[in-house]
Amino acid sequence: MSSIRVLLVDDEEELVSTLAERLSLRGIHADWTTHPDDALRRLETCKYDVAVLDVKIPRMSGIELKKQMEKKCAHTKFIFLTGHGSERDFRVGSQEAGPEFYLVKPVNIEDLIEKMNQLLGR
Amino acid sequence: MSFWEKIRRSFQEKGEPPRRASTYQFNYRRIWKLTVLLTGGVSLIPLIFITAVNYEAMRHAIESEMIFRTTRVVSNTCLSISFFVNERKSALDFIVHENSFESLNNRERLSRILEDLKRSFGGGFVDLGVVDASGQQRNYVGPYNLEGKDYSGQRWFQQVLDSGMYISDVFLGYRKVPHLVIAVRGMSGSGIPYVLRAALSTTPFETLLSQLEVAGMGDVFMINHEGILQTPSRYHGGVFEKLCLPVPKERPRTEVLEEKGPFEEDLIIGYRYIDDTPFILMVVKKKKECMKPWSRTGLKLIVFLLVSVTVILTVILGTSTYLVKKIKIADEKRSASLHQVEYANKMASIGRLAASVAHEINNPLAIINEKAGLIKDFFTFGGKYAEDPKLMGLVDAILASVKRAGTITRRLLNFSRNLQASVEPIHLKDAILEVLGFMGKEAVLRGIEIHVDVAEDMPILETDRGKLQQILLNIVNNAFAAVSDGGHIDIQARLEKRDQVAIVIADDGCGISKEDLSRIYEPFFSTKTGQGGTGLGLSITYSLVQEIGGAIHVESELGKGTRFTITIPIRSEKTKT
Repeated sequence: MSSIRVLLVDDEEELVSTLAERLSLRGIHADWTTHPDDALRRLETCKYDVAVLDVKIPRMSGIELKKQMEKKCAHTKFIFLTGHGSERDFRVGSQEAGPEFYLVKPVNIEDLIEKMNQLLGR
Repeated sequence: MSFWEKIRRSFQEKGEPPRRASTYQFNYRRIWKLTVLLTGGVSLIPLIFITAVNYEAMRHAIESEMIFRTTRVVSNTCLSISFFVNERKSALDFIVHENSFESLNNRERLSRILEDLKRSFGGGFVDLGVVDASGQQRNYVGPYNLEGKDYSGQRWFQQVLDSGMYISDVFLGYRKVPHLVIAVRGMSGSGIPYVLRAALSTTPFETLLSQLEVAGMGDVFMINHEGILQTPSRYHGGVFEKLCLPVPKERPRTEVLEEKGPFEEDLIIGYRYIDDTPFILMVVKKKKECMKPWSRTGLKLIVFLLVSVTVILTVILGTSTYLVKKIKIADEKRSASLHQVEYANKMASIGRLAASVAHEINNPLAIINEKAGLIKDFFTFGGKYAEDPKLMGLVDAILASVKRAGTITRRLLNFSRNLQASVEPIHLKDAILEVLGFMGKEAVLRGIEIHVDVAEDMPILETDRGKLQQILLNIVNNAFAAVSDGGHIDIQARLEKRDQVAIVIADDGCGISKEDLSRIYEPFFSTKTGQGGTGLGLSITYSLVQEIGGAIHVESELGKGTRFTITIPIRSEKTKT
């Protein structure tokens, strides 16, 4: 079984870089970016199984980014992260990703990996 | 309960606790009093005034009518009597002018004249006598033997000679039957005066007077100027008795006056001095009897007044009470919704604040979480410090704290999310534990023991999570404020009926005094004034419980503790916002 390939997108570099490093330690191939345009560019090669997106990224919402990414690469699955969890966010996020793939920060890394496996049916 | 107390109570909603006057915009008892007094005054004063005027006018009219009738009876009767006497007097006058002294001294002639008089004038004439100037009765026809009788010493004889005519009082005389005498003066051919004297029976008077129907237990009789009865009366004595009433003053016309009778009863007395006679005709009526028709009318008027006043007062009291109550209810609803809006705004602000705080904290918290996680990963995967329990312990402690902080922010987010009204399935136990989660730290610090007992068969509720949690939070908060350190709070939930759940929150705190107990749901009522209490907690709790279709009940004893019982339906029909 090949390792999971993940793209992490969040405006908090400290968070996203650390998370990527921790996933790598667990044998998951994780790239990260803080910029949505960069995220779209990286997707051109379509090598990611899962994209973990913050709901609120500067210049483009996580939901919008997801829509554009889906156009480029249909098989990529999505998990949303949020620091806010307001009623509206919750509703939109739940619709887009399904209630169980919408996680409020701080997240437990084991939970995150479990959700990825669930998404990929592994 | 008095009438006023009943009306006062009617201003209170059923089942609603009494509220402070300051809760209301107006003083309703004053408005009610003012309305009742004004409308009552405006409608009753004219009614009473008009009725009194009417009463007086009718009494006056009936009195006038009574006096008029009395006057008429007296006048008519007087005319009859006067006519009777005058007619006979004129007849005698005619006889002395038509006959000479000599022919009158003829017994046969005189006897024929008496017969003619009796025939022409009916009753009345008893006898006839001719008296010469010396007072000797020269001729006499009649049932008694009076011929030769000497009248020279008698006062009436001189009076006839002087004035030409005399009418006597009624007297018994030689005949021993009541009669009166009419005498006229005649002149003989030689110019010497003589007197024609006739005795008249009083029977025609008595018959005339006794036939008169006088209302009001009336009595008609004649007296002379000394007050001696000249005819028998019904109620005032027999003939020749002294009348028990004073003799009225002489007046040229018929007079009616009011006098007190011998038994202090009010009498109406009509009288007239009959011209050229010594008689006074009197009609005496009892005023009370005369006014009888009036008393009946007056009674009807008073009954009408009383019935009208009762009806008017009932209508005024009823409508005033109803209207003021309606205004009061509207005012209460207004002030309640005002409080509700204030509260909702406040909670919305708190919700926004909570959400933004949670968000701001969550991001750095997430970074700490990842960094600490990475350190732990290094230890675990690098193996360098894996065997150092102290370092691993430190990292775990950081991660545990982050988890705890994360729980708190998540709870805050949940709280703000729950402020939106929505009915959703709720596990009561989870809801209670979530509320207690906010207070967990304080409970540990103060050594407060909290015991939660939710029945096994508790169904999943369908109600407004936010409202239910606020209700529980407010009451648990109050319990925390009431108990001293080391106190106990007991929360029980059980199925009350088929479709209701009862949640009992009991504490062994300071309790609530009896006076305060009736006021705890009033907005702004607080015993924690100056210690951060707004006095809104239980007022809002009360509204929220009503909004989710429940009821709240409190029992408390000073120094022993308080016990709130909240009953809520398992399925909330619809939440009011």
